[in-house]
Amino acid sequence: MLRYFLIRLGQSLALMFGVLLLVFMMLRVTGDPAALMLPREASAAEIEAFRERMGFNRPIIVQFVDFLSKAVVGDFGESLHFRTPAMTLVTQRLPATVELAATGLLFAVLIGVPIGMMGGLKPGSAADSLARLLALMGQSIPNFWLAMLMILFFGVQLRWFPTFGRGAWNSVVMPAFVLGLPVMGQIVRLTRSTVLEIRSEDFVRTAYSKGLEPPVIYLKHILRNASIPIISVIGVQFGYMLGGSIYIETIFAWPGMGQLLQLAIGWRDFPLVQAIAIFTSTVVIALNLLTDLVYAIIDPRIRYGF
Amino acid sequence: MASETSPRPADSLLDIQRTWWDRLAFIGRLLWRDKGGMLGLFLFLLVVFSAVFAPWIAPHDPLEQVMEDSKMPPAWSVGGSWEHPLGTDTLGRDIFSRIIYGSRVSLTVGFFGVLIAGTLGMIIGAIAGYLGGRVDSVITNTVNLVLSLPYLLFVVFIAAIFGRSLLNVILIFGITDAPIFARVTRGEVLKIRESGYVESARCAGASWARIVFDHIMPNLIGPLITLATFEMSAMIFYEAGLGFLGLSVPPSVPSWGNMLAAGRQYLTSYPWIATFPGVAIMITSLGMNLLGDWLRDVLDPRLRRARK
Amino acid sequence: MAIILEVRDLKTRFYTVDGVVHAVNGVSFDLAKGETLAIVGESGSGKSVSVMSLLRLIPMPPGRIESGQALFYGSDGPKDLLRLSQKELRDIRGGAIGFVFQDPATSLNPILTVGEQIIEIITRHLHLSRHEARERALQLLASVGIPDPEVRLGCYPFQLSGGMRQRVMIAIAIACNPQIVIADEPTTALDVTVQAQIVELFKRLRQELGMALIWITHDLGIVAGLADRVMVMYGGRPAEVALVDELYDHPLHPYTIGLLGALPRLDVDESRRLVSIRGTPPDLMIPIQHCPFAWRCDYAFPRCWEEIPPLVEVRPKHMAACFFDIERGEPRHDGN
Repeated sequence: MLRYFLIRLGQSLALMFGVLLLVFMMLRVTGDPAALMLPREASAAEIEAFRERMGFNRPIIVQFVDFLSKAVVGDFGESLHFRTPAMTLVTQRLPATVELAATGLLFAVLIGVPIGMMGGLKPGSAADSLARLLALMGQSIPNFWLAMLMILFFGVQLRWFPTFGRGAWNSVVMPAFVLGLPVMGQIVRLTRSTVLEIRSEDFVRTAYSKGLEPPVIYLKHILRNASIPIISVIGVQFGYMLGGSIYIETIFAWPGMGQLLQLAIGWRDFPLVQAIAIFTSTVVIALNLLTDLVYAIIDPRIRYGF
Repeated sequence: MASETSPRPADSLLDIQRTWWDRLAFIGRLLWRDKGGMLGLFLFLLVVFSAVFAPWIAPHDPLEQVMEDSKMPPAWSVGGSWEHPLGTDTLGRDIFSRIIYGSRVSLTVGFFGVLIAGTLGMIIGAIAGYLGGRVDSVITNTVNLVLSLPYLLFVVFIAAIFGRSLLNVILIFGITDAPIFARVTRGEVLKIRESGYVESARCAGASWARIVFDHIMPNLIGPLITLATFEMSAMIFYEAGLGFLGLSVPPSVPSWGNMLAAGRQYLTSYPWIATFPGVAIMITSLGMNLLGDWLRDVLDPRLRRARK
Repeated sequence: MAIILEVRDLKTRFYTVDGVVHAVNGVSFDLAKGETLAIVGESGSGKSVSVMSLLRLIPMPPGRIESGQALFYGSDGPKDLLRLSQKELRDIRGGAIGFVFQDPATSLNPILTVGEQIIEIITRHLHLSRHEARERALQLLASVGIPDPEVRLGCYPFQLSGGMRQRVMIAIAIACNPQIVIADEPTTALDVTVQAQIVELFKRLRQELGMALIWITHDLGIVAGLADRVMVMYGGRPAEVALVDELYDHPLHPYTIGLLGALPRLDVDESRRLVSIRGTPPDLMIPIQHCPFAWRCDYAFPRCWEEIPPLVEVRPKHMAACFFDIERGEPRHDGN
């Protein structure tokens, strides 16, 4: 167990390094990061001064070591727009994004798992048709578009929910729903197919041959085994939601990291963009690590390093 | 005994004794039985058709601005006309025509994106699966790690750096999506390697080319075609998303994402501007997902039998 | 001897997209209390499906039991298994009838401990507290020959060897004092040395518990020292039913003779070569209106291609479904 955890921790750190390298390279792959970060109308002298200030004229290795040593302590420079440390701006936005993504995920899991399970247990039934329909809709409806339609209908016409911002308790309902919709589709689909597969495993037949009651078979034998891939997808999808929230936060003017990213791109505030990208990746990597630990708790084969 | 509880193994669609014509006829019969797959194919062909024949279908030039016709609602609502069936945008451009032309952008991105991602991924995955050992573990770990990153975030990040152009969008999707193809290819190659029939074919004196084309490819092609369909659908989705953020093709190009972005500003006053491009995305995505589902069922005989 | 199970004219089909598989086409047999019946046949002969059908342990759909009767003479009078409600059926599964499956590696739930998998069947059928069930599970593990039951109880299946896993499966099967244990190729997935141990274990348990045993196998060799009676199946029908010695000494069906010929034996002179049966089993997608073995039979004559041979008693307590009189070397003339 400890060995497994250490291996995964090592992988996560390696991935973190990869992310830092990737972001660092990306900003320099177009040639001149100074030109990328300054407004297009900046003069040559301004660019030169900026380059000097940011240290872009030093050897690339020196720059990277400097970048790394600062990154370790969470220093990604100052936001060009706000003139304050980029990381602070990002962490201020974290709670809003987590609230949105967690609500969306909760909705996706609470609806997706039971429906997917019913579909998988009784293929061809009405419940299965519903499961397939939901999965298909979740995958086919562009959620940023649905968000606009919902604002129009539930916000402007019916006035049930606020159309933008984070305030009253119900302001999270619409953005969380649209953010969770594709994830719900994924979860329904995966739960259904996993349950369908596990249903015909030999050990399920054994469970039936023991005369166990169907609820016991469904929950203890099928769902518990199915939960392993489901949990892994939930981990991945949570990462997707943190990244994908850029659309939803933008549309609903939800003051989270996604909205900040969209604004920062508009301002060409690359220190800020870079800080968001790295911070979100860190969160996602940490979540994946957590997912793997949950995995190990459910699946003894991982726990015992088999 | 597996062969007894499950009935006699069905003839595989990819059975090498069958001719290509047999397989096509067989696919046709299966398609006819699956109404979802039929609908998917129909929707997909509809989009392809409109992309290919855009100049003949579209009633207007998608770029033509007629200011006196601007903000015209769809034909069936008050103030609309059949001259502009889905209305016009704020610059007086015909929305229907722009949607028709927009399918070209979406399909181009989807097709070439998948082509690049598929080619890269297949090569990487095949190397990993075939060589095994250390090469495999390095590739597999890298692929798994890359896939665990917040994908959209990186796409947005890269797009913001490289700027708006069709080629950039295709390259971004083509490269960032390759790991998925690599993972699937590797898994299938491993399965084939373990199954032993490649070994028997080699013992029977089959040539290298024969092994690859008769034994390995038919088994790879099913999962990869299915994956390609889903990934193409996802890319069309993401392209629209990038466009929505103003990070896809240049604003002058009629693309569904660009149209959504433009329509969003007038959401409450002229809702149709943003509504119809979304419908187009949904139809395309729905079609490809249905098609993908059906392909998966058909190309995997094991699944096909499990269904009623 | 008192009958415990009486199966009549069982028919099971699978309705797949590729067509209808006629897996079991009229199987009848009896099982006496404490008796061991071996059902022998090759893959696709319907031997597993016919027995699994009795307790509806086949996937349904696509499987469907078309007709038949399976009277089980349990402690509370005869019951037709095929017509029981789901609830009554669940009481019998694992209770009066226990199961052992072929591959212990896949037949045990990988993420539950061995103890949990034994305890859950005990608490389901016997009115015991969890603590008492645990005690019983320990006894069971000891009685199936697992050393260190206390430790093994907390193990997961993947931590045990194949033979140990199969012993766990057997412990589960006998956990609730069943009257019948159905063992579906219980030794096929095991090493040869382990096979013998498992067979010995079954013999001992049968003695101790007095249960009847249905042993499904494709291996006629394993049957000799174990079974009282043998039913040979072919193409979803019984081909021959006889006491085990009688079957070895006087095989009547050409298929049985083929099976025996394919068996390595030490007691026959060395000049006899190991023979295999030519051809392949019948395609069960097509309903067969004649002897299913006719294609592969050396003795087939026109009648074999016209009618389905019924199972008739040819010698005392020895039934065969064949029109050819192997002992006389000519077609049978007795009206059948």
